[in-house]
Formats: sequence, structure tokens, C-alpha cells
Amino acid sequence: MTEYPLTPSQTVGPYLSLGLTWPAGPDVVPPGTPDAIRISGVLFDGAGAVVPDGMIETWQADPDGRFAHPDDPRGAAEPGVPGFLGFGRSTTDAEGRWEIRTVRPGALPAGDGLTEAPHLDVSVFARGLLDRVVTRIYFSDEPANDTDPVLGDVPTERRETLVAQKDGDGDYRLDIHLQGPRETVFFQV
Amino acid sequence: MTELIYPYAEDTHPPLDSPGYRSTGLRAPTRRPIVLPQRFTEITGPLLVGEIGPNDHDLTRQHDGEPQGQRITVSGRVLDSGGRPVPDTLVEVWQANAAGRYRHAGDTWPAPIDPNFSGGGRVVTNSLGEYSFTTVRPGAYPWGNHPNAWRPAHIHFSLFGRAFTQRLVTQMYFPDDPLFAYDPIYNSVPEGARERMVSRFDLDTTQPNWALSYRWDIVLRGREQTVFEQVDAGEPHDD
Repeated sequence: MTEYPLTPSQTVGPYLSLGLTWPAGPDVVPPGTPDAIRISGVLFDGAGAVVPDGMIETWQADPDGRFAHPDDPRGAAEPGVPGFLGFGRSTTDAEGRWEIRTVRPGALPAGDGLTEAPHLDVSVFARGLLDRVVTRIYFSDEPANDTDPVLGDVPTERRETLVAQKDGDGDYRLDIHLQGPRETVFFQV
Repeated sequence: MTELIYPYAEDTHPPLDSPGYRSTGLRAPTRRPIVLPQRFTEITGPLLVGEIGPNDHDLTRQHDGEPQGQRITVSGRVLDSGGRPVPDTLVEVWQANAAGRYRHAGDTWPAPIDPNFSGGGRVVTNSLGEYSFTTVRPGAYPWGNHPNAWRPAHIHFSLFGRAFTQRLVTQMYFPDDPLFAYDPIYNSVPEGARERMVSRFDLDTTQPNWALSYRWDIVLRGREQTVFEQVDAGEPHDD
């Protein structure tokens, strides 16, 4: 079936900031956008030490649950929020902290009458990760989480690793644990 | 219901748990990943992000003077596994200088910094999925993984494709590097797939009296239109 063999993944290594950063990376929406939220957290390794040389990327629908992308079966939609990129990128700082500034995504139809609760897809890159690892961010104050088909596949006791907690007005917080007793749920896509 | 999916590829990517590469020890997740059915968020992705500067495609022209080292061009095509070109996609690169030193506060080994070389570049593929950039050939460098450990010369590559599912970060190597045999990062990739990361010297595209040429095609996951079947998330793929 596969005609061209895939190129394998390799680690980003410790010097990813030389190639992968730009100042507006964490801004999924332009500064000053109404109803913008900040999602932040700390990236931890299996010993509980912070990861100061990692990177988080996020991808999400706009507040109407649409994508400016032709492969969305509903068609590409101009984002309802001016300047909305859908994409965010944040390196971790010396304290392992990452942060993106965005708007809350809308829910998505998931087929078979199901609805995906508002979420962001997340890629985590770091020295020591030979491939990206993928997780999601959900929101703690979201009733639709209860019927989300992806959360429904996650053992109950591990679901909280995917749910950002409200952390002040317009702020959400979710730490990511690469390993250990609080290991974040990672997905194979 | 017909759905677009990007099938998962076996025997391509390195296992996250690769003990020969010591940094995986406390960073590689240990639990089996849960299969995420590919829905709207996964089959879409950022189509073009960031801003491209005028000299982002030429790492030898980002300063007042020229960097030391062997001038090279690196070019090729970005495809998916079905052979379709991936046009208009961002390719980001970063690398050490000709002496094997990164311009980064974390790199302190005693090789010279080159004041005329930053080591970061960005290009966008054309309508045929082609990319090209000019740089200097990076040097090998030592690292602390094991006694007398040296990384083979490489250029880091980052690619988006057109879907979240296709995202790839990798490294391009140079042909016939004697360090391949000793490098746990190169060898973390399954046998039979490693050589896909090695570029090819090409005299035909070498620019006379100017720059040697290396060619490297990058293949991202392919897309299939399939009749939708409910994925049983209780049965993760073998990986």
C-alpha cells in the first residue's frame, strides 16, 4: 500500500530554540483579543524535575468549532476571531513553564451523533523524546467533558491529566508529566 | 461515511524507550498510548505559520560576513507516502556550525563560535513540494551520553504537512558518516529505516565554483479516504 517509505522521527535535541522559535509563537490570537484565555503549565520528567528545554505545540478549532482548513468535511471556515491561527507554540523556560494565549475552542461533531468537548491537540517535544508525544487539553468548567468520546476511552482515574483547571480569571493551568505516577495520558494518532 | 485518515506506520519511528540514548530514561512515557481516533482536529493542521525573513533560506547570508566552512545546498521534495507532493508547507532547520558548535548558551564545548553563523533557517515548499536552502556543512560534536560519544553531523528538520497527524521533527545526516555505527540516536530507528535519514551527494545540482549539493526527500504520512469504521480504542495498535 505504502509506495514511499516514511521518514523516521528524531529528537529535537536541546537546541531547538535555534530553529523553532519566534516571538509570537504563544499567541494563537493577537494580543488584546476579547475573551482571550491563557493556558499554562509546567513540563515535568519522571523524577519530578522540570524540563527546561522542551516545547509544546497546540492545534485547535476556533470558538465556533471550525477550522480554516479544506480537509474539514464541513469546508474551510474563516475564523470568527480576527487573526486566529489555531496554532500555538511555546518553548519551556528555565522553570519548565510553557504558556499559550488563545480563545476557547468550540465543540466538534464526532460522528455517530457524538460530540467532542472543546479541546486542544498538543504535541510535546524535548531532548530525550525520540518522537513527539501527543496529548490533549480539555477545560475543567466544561459539562460536555462528560460525554466526550475520547475522554470516555481514558480510565477515569487518569482523565484529570488531560483537564486544565481554572486558575484565575481567564487562566487555565495544566501540568504535563512525561513519566511517573502522575504520567499524563498520551495518545497514538 | 467516508473519512480521511492518515494510517499509522509501523517499523519507522524509534521507540520512545531507547535506553542507549540516556536522556530517554526519565522522559519517555512508560504507559501504552491510547489510540486517538482521527477526527477533525487530527486531520486538519496549521497550513502555514510564522513569518519568513528574506535570508531565512540562506544561512550563509544572515550576517555581515560569510561563515567558515564548506558551503552546501540542501534540497529535495516533501511528499506523503502516497507520493503526493506537500506544497506550501513550512520547513524549519537548525544546525551546528562547521566546527560542530551550536550558537546556544547550552553548548559550551571548546570549538569556535562563528560570529557569522546563527544556524537557523526556514523555507516554504513550492507547488511541487520542493524545498532548498543554502548553508555550511555542520561539524560533528561530542556529547555526554557515554564516554567519547560524538554525534554524526546532522541538520535538524521540522515539518508540518497539512494535518496535525503528519507533524514530523527529524534529523538529516550526510552520506558515509563513520559515526553512524556509534550513535544511539541514529540507531534508535529500526534497521531498514535509518538510511532514509541520510542525504545523497548530487553532482548534477552542485553549483560550479560555489556549493556542493546534497539531496534529501522527506516523506510524511499518507492520507486515505476510507469507509469509516468505528475504531475500537480498547485495542491499541502494536507499536
